[in-house]
Amino acid sequence: MTGHVTHATPSVERSERSATAETPLVRWLLIGVALAFLGLFLVVPLAAVFVEAFSKGAAAYFAAIREPMAMAAIRLTLIAAFSAVVLNTVFGLVAAWAIAKFDFIGKSVLITLIDLPFSVSPVVSGLIYVLLFGMQGLFGPWLVEHDIKIIFATPGIILATTFVTFPFVARELIPLMESQGHEEEEAAISLGASGWQTFWRVTLPNVKWGLLYGLILCNARAMGEFGAVSVVSGHVRGQTNTIPLHVEILYNEYQFAAAFAVASLLALLTLVTLGVKTLIEWKARQEATSPV
Amino acid sequence: MEGKTGSNQPGMKIEIKNITKRFGAFTALDNVSLDFPSGDLVALLGPSGCGKTTLLRIIAGMETPDSGEVLFDGEDATRRNVRERHVGLVFQHYALFRHMSVFENVAFGLRVRPREDRPSKEEIRERVHGLLKLVQLDGLAARYPTQLSGGQRQRVALARALAVQPKLLLLDEPFGALDAKVRKELRRWLRLLHDEIHITSIFVTHDQEEALEVADRVAVLNTGKLEQVGTPDDVYQRPANAFVYNFLGSGVRLAGCIKGGRLRVGSLTLDGAEASHREDQETVVYVRPHDFQVERSYDGATGIGAFVARVLPVGPVVRLELFRYDTAEFIEVELTRERFDELGLQPADIVRLKPKSARVFTEDYSI
Repeated sequence: MTGHVTHATPSVERSERSATAETPLVRWLLIGVALAFLGLFLVVPLAAVFVEAFSKGAAAYFAAIREPMAMAAIRLTLIAAFSAVVLNTVFGLVAAWAIAKFDFIGKSVLITLIDLPFSVSPVVSGLIYVLLFGMQGLFGPWLVEHDIKIIFATPGIILATTFVTFPFVARELIPLMESQGHEEEEAAISLGASGWQTFWRVTLPNVKWGLLYGLILCNARAMGEFGAVSVVSGHVRGQTNTIPLHVEILYNEYQFAAAFAVASLLALLTLVTLGVKTLIEWKARQEATSPV
Repeated sequence: MEGKTGSNQPGMKIEIKNITKRFGAFTALDNVSLDFPSGDLVALLGPSGCGKTTLLRIIAGMETPDSGEVLFDGEDATRRNVRERHVGLVFQHYALFRHMSVFENVAFGLRVRPREDRPSKEEIRERVHGLLKLVQLDGLAARYPTQLSGGQRQRVALARALAVQPKLLLLDEPFGALDAKVRKELRRWLRLLHDEIHITSIFVTHDQEEALEVADRVAVLNTGKLEQVGTPDDVYQRPANAFVYNFLGSGVRLAGCIKGGRLRVGSLTLDGAEASHREDQETVVYVRPHDFQVERSYDGATGIGAFVARVLPVGPVVRLELFRYDTAEFIEVELTRERFDELGLQPADIVRLKPKSARVFTEDYSI
């Protein structure tokens, strides 16, 4: 028996490393590179934001945030982000539903169009609206005549933000809905449910985690958007400045501590988003394996 | 159970009249007419792509036919909405609402009713538990679909469909996703359940054994056409054509000829020729693998000479792969284990075959 045991030992040691695994050196090198990269490009800048923000003490930090212009920027950012999230949720659900559950002519065109804002430069996205609704734009004269302000006003900021964050919800929902098929909806309708009941009781609960995930990403991007908003905003302090625009102004005026204090709000948002996102993923995975 | 499901009529009578359905260039159903008598359990049987599921979906109202009519109890229901048809649907992959418990799944059809028709909470609870008892799942009401086995899920799906008291139950490959043993159990159980509640039921299957075992009547479809409809015995014993014959069981093809009004295969004369067959016509003769009389060879015997190429014991039967001397073809015949032991056959042994019964179809086709 002892002979057998001594024979077995080396083979056990060898089997610790499976045939497809790398050598320890390669493994640690890869992990090291990934971690160093992560630290250099993500953790250090994030920490720097907070260090700079508090460089003149906590009192200066809160003063910079409570300053009226900063508060106005925060308010506008919240309004723009909220509007964009609501609009894109409605649009995302409708588009995903149409694409996943029906076959129609132009379906692939629609799928491509949904991705458009990802491939267009945000500055161009902003310019589109200036060209459409600006004074010299296509609808400009009509808007002036009716005293409606879009460019250099809140509606323009909402439009630009919505455009830029357009794909998040739809992109998240389309593959999910496609993988779920439409048998559950067919079953619901055959049981006498109306289209509306089917949507609220069957379709929506089935995609709720994906939807929430899309909303979170959409919201994070909406709050942080700079380029497109910058073009349509006009930078009117206290009126058309969002948080990112306000940060830029403070920075350009050499108010570094104040700039970083306001910027730290966006950094916090990032952390919260990350946390919520992880929570949702964990929840969804839990539900997939063993429901509540 | 009729009292519990609240319907006095056992079920609707369904008539299908000249239904044609095309998807682009593909003809899924080509002028199909078929009756489903009230209270019967009918199987739509055919290979994949034969149009059986399309027919089921047209009856359910989820597809609209290009032409033809669907009559429910004599009334035209071709354009009727799915919701207004009052059919119970059971899907191959169950289609249970994954975020709802078993109880909520079964209660769904009752909860979505307009307020004035909606039963009270107590009534719903009573009805759901009654149905769960019927499908032998009482006690699992709080579980979620992912916590159930395939067979249990399909029974929940059935209870859910029955909860709305449908006049017609449509089952699309209901046992297709289950393993062999559960499938067998569940189909016996479905038959018993149907004997109890007598609701007109139509189920789609590609499994001939399932259709023959469960159904009152079997409708065989192929490439969008109805090939034959009849009792399981009818379609098996008296197949209308070579397709039905081959689909319901394997058949050995032999070359034959009509001589003097009799069917001749090699040196053998067989029954099975019909008046419609022309004299001297070359024809294909079908014999079921178990319909061969197998003897060890001896001189002067009439029959088909062959040697044993392979012996394949499969449970209670033994399959023999034989090589025919006269035509140099392989054929497969089936023996009971008893008869096989009696003969004591080994590979390379020489045997003689006599078909015990054979079929000839005027219109032949090639597989």
